[in-house]
Amino acid sequence: MARITAGVATSHVPAIGAAFDQGRAGDAYWKPVFDGYEWVKQWEKQEKPDVVILCYNDHASAMMLDVVPTFALGMAEEFIPADEGWGQRPVPVVQGHIELAAHLAEQLVIDEFDLTLMNNMDVDHGCTVPLSLMFGQVEAWPCRVIPLAVNVTQFPTPSGNRCWMLGEAIAHAVESFPEDLNVQIWGTGGMSHQLQGPRAGLINPEFDNAFLDGLIDDTDRLRAITRLEYLRESGSEGIELIMWLIMRAALGKDVEELHRFYHVPASNTAVGHIVLRPRELVTA
Amino acid sequence: MRTRLYPLEDLEDIPGTTVFTAKRSREAYHLHKFCMSLMEAANREAFKADERAYLARFRMSEDQKQAVLERDFNRLIDLGGNIYFLVKLSNTDGWSTQKAVSSMTGMTADEYAAMMRAGGRSPEGQRSKREGN
Repeated sequence: MARITAGVATSHVPAIGAAFDQGRAGDAYWKPVFDGYEWVKQWEKQEKPDVVILCYNDHASAMMLDVVPTFALGMAEEFIPADEGWGQRPVPVVQGHIELAAHLAEQLVIDEFDLTLMNNMDVDHGCTVPLSLMFGQVEAWPCRVIPLAVNVTQFPTPSGNRCWMLGEAIAHAVESFPEDLNVQIWGTGGMSHQLQGPRAGLINPEFDNAFLDGLIDDTDRLRAITRLEYLRESGSEGIELIMWLIMRAALGKDVEELHRFYHVPASNTAVGHIVLRPRELVTA
Repeated sequence: MRTRLYPLEDLEDIPGTTVFTAKRSREAYHLHKFCMSLMEAANREAFKADERAYLARFRMSEDQKQAVLERDFNRLIDLGGNIYFLVKLSNTDGWSTQKAVSSMTGMTADEYAAMMRAGGRSPEGQRSKREGN
């Protein structure tokens, strides 16, 4: 039986990918950012997940122009890194898991989540920067990845509560997959940032840290945060945090915090990162 | 009628912020089609070789074309644009995202970078036009 063994959340700032690819990770500006991911890189080597369900948003690379899916599940054998205007990132092709993806597609639609299924798409920094942060510089990613793209760009986005419910449904779907798989779920994006208009550069450490705390012991409060509140408090792009709620909900009621990191800034953005284990697996 | 958690007009109440809606998305469709065309190296070269001629391939408004030529990102957002499309243009120019974003704030790129290093823009006074908080 497949089981979700951990949840990971991280920001997915494109400039982190650029610094990583161009060998600037040791620069004074970037070192504190990359140091924050040393722990998880070692941890992932021990965890050896078979599959990661990676919640991210497409940044107008594979969708958002002709089609604007609210939830889009990657069904393909592989996903090529997108050219976002400065060439493809020099990172491995992302390998999908078609059997589990097909199972999720079936179960989630039956559970009344009307997904869009993507049989062919490229993946942009939203998907590949988290992979670089967790696995470092590698010839091939050490696990399969099922990308789950969420519209957090065009209003209205799904609500945080809807994302929560999707995470719960994903947990049920994974549990009912017959193959014995070690599955992680990742929520990416955030934390507070705004990339447009005269208010650009907004950072709200109080909001961010309360969100990190809430993932542990106040999830009902996080579920109730409205789109308007995300916009006001965490900036127009801070609403990416709703994707962390998919991850968190998929872990069940209680979690153990294994690791946490928060840093300002990376380019325009507050970087947040947390690693969580379902409590039932900690005590088992 | 259903009750909502807040009136949709409140989305317009945030200082210095334009919420990207389905209507704006449609207004910017051809502008965004141009932006996404820059995801191919050959198109980037064609654009750089003759920006005006390249823009003529797209059914964008003249205002949108002019704002592209001027790299006026605030204006492009007024005309429906969204930053995730628009960075394809600044990436083509070899700008960092931070430089593109800073151009909308009235600060120089250096001033903006310094603000970010110092912890970014505080939300104080930036949450609501109506409340002034």
